Amino acid sequence: VSTQSTGASLTLIHPSSQCETHHNFSTMPKLLARGVPLLSRSARYKKSGKWAVKHRGPVEGQVKKSKNISTTKTEKKFGKKGTRTVVRPRSPRFYPTEDVPKKLYARQPRPPKVRPSLVPGAVLIVLAGKLRGKRVVLLKVLKSGLLLITGPYKINGVPLRRVNPRYVITTSTHIDVSGVELPSTLNDEFFKKPIQTGPKKSQEEFFEGDKKDKQKKQISPERKELQKTVDNQILPVIGKEQYLKEYLNAHFSLNKGEYPHLVKF
Amino acid sequence: MPSQPIRLYTKGVVLGYRRSKHLQYPQWTLVRIEGVKEKTDTQFYLGKKVAWVYRAGKKNKDGSNIKVMWGKVATSHGNSGVVRCRFRHNLPPSAFGATIRVMMYPSNI
Repeated sequence: VSTQSTGASLTLIHPSSQCETHHNFSTMPKLLARGVPLLSRSARYKKSGKWAVKHRGPVEGQVKKSKNISTTKTEKKFGKKGTRTVVRPRSPRFYPTEDVPKKLYARQPRPPKVRPSLVPGAVLIVLAGKLRGKRVVLLKVLKSGLLLITGPYKINGVPLRRVNPRYVITTSTHIDVSGVELPSTLNDEFFKKPIQTGPKKSQEEFFEGDKKDKQKKQISPERKELQKTVDNQILPVIGKEQYLKEYLNAHFSLNKGEYPHLVKF
Repeated sequence: MPSQPIRLYTKGVVLGYRRSKHLQYPQWTLVRIEGVKEKTDTQFYLGKKVAWVYRAGKKNKDGSNIKVMWGKVATSHGNSGVVRCRFRHNLPPSAFGATIRVMMYPSNI
């Protein structure tokens, strides 16, 4: 838009033209340059027509809606001379039987937001922890935002497990897990460590406890069953692709001359 | 465990503190990451964890005297791929010239 004025040509900038998506916000002031509006504040006031509005409030004839607070008005003395009407809300007729504190607004849990490359069926490289370097299959993004993965166990010894998405690299290799049905018991609660509550250990138990920890952790047969049911659905899919089984069995490592910012995962 | 060691980090070298001629800022250490030669290449490494692994003192009961100082890659430094890192506790000057591990996590791929 250009206006003619004293020989110089002004090109008006509309803020909406600055951004790529075109909105028709008429409330936006037209600009000469960024931060310099075309119309001055008084000119904008004139243009808006606010000066023509005589009074705010209900139009004659309209009954104003009153709020449902019954009030009492009393005349009160203020200072030496003045009196003013003090409006006080009357005590309500009904009270709840129990004083329940008002619940503060609690954030609704939202579905987890995870980077777009983390799609079920993707092969991931675990970067840290006990499983570092292992290539695993992503099954699902759990509600907590953690990833549910499996080796499968027969291929690389990785069980059904949760993994933090930040400690994982997605490769371009994908497995078709659309046909895989995950049992509904596989959720965050299933994998959470049970909180140890109970009476404090006696001296004997305390010393024995050290020995117990060193013993091998017993995996419940329920877990083994779940592992089988899930893996038996995935293994045939893996078997179809050549070398995929060996690929999942192999560890990932950076070698000489391989730099992660150049590697195409 | 794999038969061969696996490396899941890039090597880097500690160049020193961020500094001008007469004044240095020990909060920032400059690290040259292997294979990173331009400013545009540093984008991948920003935010990645960094570790200086060193041996110190007597071996403890588990048989190791290896200690680690952890930090993060903060920003790029200059045009040639050098990177500024910030450690939980500032790196001691004995680390200058030492090899540092630039991990691949937190991952954004």
